[in-house]
Amino acid sequence: MTTQIAPTSMALTPTKPMWPYWAEIVNIQSEAPGIATYWVRYLDPAVRKGYTFRPGQFNMLYLPGYGEAAISISSDPEELDTIGHTIRSTGSVTQNISRLKVGDVIGVRGPFGTSWPIEQFKGVDLIIGTGGVGVPALRPVIYHVIRHRQDFDRVVLLYGARTPKDLQYTREYEGWEKAGIETMITVDRADETWQGQVGVVPILFYRLRMDPKKSVVLTCGPEIMIRYVVFEALARRVPSSRIFVSMERNMKCGLGQCGHCQIGPYFVCKDGPVFSFEALEPYYSVEEL
Amino acid sequence: MSELIPDVGTSFALQKKELNKLLASLRRLGYQTIGPHVENDAIGYGPIEGIDDLPRGYTSEQDAGRYRLVYTGHTRYFDVTPGAQSWKQFLFPPRSSLFTVRKTNGKWQADEEDQPPPTYAFVGVRPCELSAILIQDRVFLRSEWSDPIYRLRRQSAFILAVNCLHPCGTCFCASMGTGPKAETGFDLSLTELEDLFLVSIGSEAGRMALAGLTIQPASAFLLQAASKGLDDARKHMGRTLPDSKTLPDLLLNNLEHPQWDDVAKRCLSCTNCTQVCPTCFCWDANDQPNLSNDYTQRVRVWDSCFNPDYSYIAGGNTRPNTRARYRQWLTHKLASWYHQFDILGCVGCGRCITWCPAGIDLTAEIAAIREGKVS
Repeated sequence: MTTQIAPTSMALTPTKPMWPYWAEIVNIQSEAPGIATYWVRYLDPAVRKGYTFRPGQFNMLYLPGYGEAAISISSDPEELDTIGHTIRSTGSVTQNISRLKVGDVIGVRGPFGTSWPIEQFKGVDLIIGTGGVGVPALRPVIYHVIRHRQDFDRVVLLYGARTPKDLQYTREYEGWEKAGIETMITVDRADETWQGQVGVVPILFYRLRMDPKKSVVLTCGPEIMIRYVVFEALARRVPSSRIFVSMERNMKCGLGQCGHCQIGPYFVCKDGPVFSFEALEPYYSVEEL
Repeated sequence: MSELIPDVGTSFALQKKELNKLLASLRRLGYQTIGPHVENDAIGYGPIEGIDDLPRGYTSEQDAGRYRLVYTGHTRYFDVTPGAQSWKQFLFPPRSSLFTVRKTNGKWQADEEDQPPPTYAFVGVRPCELSAILIQDRVFLRSEWSDPIYRLRRQSAFILAVNCLHPCGTCFCASMGTGPKAETGFDLSLTELEDLFLVSIGSEAGRMALAGLTIQPASAFLLQAASKGLDDARKHMGRTLPDSKTLPDLLLNNLEHPQWDDVAKRCLSCTNCTQVCPTCFCWDANDQPNLSNDYTQRVRVWDSCFNPDYSYIAGGNTRPNTRARYRQWLTHKLASWYHQFDILGCVGCGRCITWCPAGIDLTAEIAAIREGKVS
């Protein structure tokens, strides 16, 4: 019953897994209206040295007096001294995090959940479909691709935002293109500055000449966008075992324990957030599950 | 005979008044003795000193949405089946502190816990309730981590189980394979016969608690009487839930069954079933800061999949109505729980049936889904 517990992370105590680990905010970068990246550095050097994460995993950010929020890690998995979280200020925790300054300290527990299976697919065409605040969960994949470009054949990023002003990481697009990532961007509503594509992310599939047998599709974003990206991929005969989806649900623990994040038999925090669509399909198609 | 304590795994007979000595012995060993007692016209669990605190002579009438405690004057101490409360409230308290943090010189620091948790002896744990504890062990004690609040209470708790000879109208432990006899996980178990307790020793801790008690060998007659009583109990369950092994497939293959619409018309989404369920484990955490926000307590409270906030995310509520919430509760309890923890989440205690203000009976809901009929 009381089995031996193996530590899984430097920022999670197995005998008291809700315990906070403190990290200092060392940089704040504005990304878009209401969206900023918070770079944090663990105060304890041992934690800082031992902390690792895989692309697609998330941390629980704790602001004392307000609570915790599950936030995707959006930085380079091979740069671990400071860890980036791109946050849209919406709920009470994230709104109050947006009032913090460099030098303030927050709790950072993690990492939690499954990751994008990018290391098991070598030589494939990687198709990344994302939008809104889904893109931070996929940015570690982009970093990984830049470092290990030879592991993949084509790498295509299909990215959509509501308006040009809502596009995140714009300063990095040139670097992504240079690294051989075909970056296709669309906005729902153009403004006078915009000369690119207008429309939702799934329509980018119509401009994409893809080889479904060689492709692996990764998608994260608003649920409606995910639904149609998956639909377009399936329509082109990409097998559901090669489509990967990152899900969002209410989460309080990250441990598969508080119960909130369930979808069918899965705890999204532990069995996800990244699922193969093959595993998710029977439940994903049921409304309000 | 009295000086010799029998071995773990054996049984013996005990005069009923000797139970007082056993409770005193448990208290001497440092346990708080908690047991069933009459409280607000129902059976509740609280501190007990001796056998006079036990609900001797009571029985309970239970049916869908109905509970009546009745005094019949019989002579048995443990005859009455449980009320709304379960041992969950001691091992996984409805409200507990995860930690406290304070800000000094601009930096937050968590306080080390200094209070040891209470050491409980649970007296009168029903086989279904013992099964519920073993199920919650799988939820709170994992290979990768364990919950400290649960772990510290659980590992120090003494369990005195009581087998059930008189199940009530909403009982169906026989269908779930969790009763009416406690098979494992107890320190001591009792079967209450007319004049004596038949006691089984489940652990060394159980054996130690017997020091100084006057015990008698269990005769074949007593063993037979207990065995017959348990056989009779199996035949007198108020409810049945047949073919429980087929429930995961049945429910997950019927996620769009019209019965969900039907039950949604009756269910009030009141959360009673989840609060009385001895296995429901969902919780919420919130911060309770002081006014200057340099000190806060992070508090864990029971939550329920029937609460609207439960599935709230920035984009809206993933289960926006009672149909979705009831379906989540029942499919979790009797289907997806199996995929998560390799066991079903229902022990057949019947509390969710008794304490549902709308009288919803999960055994009837499942029968309707199985038959493909809409009631």
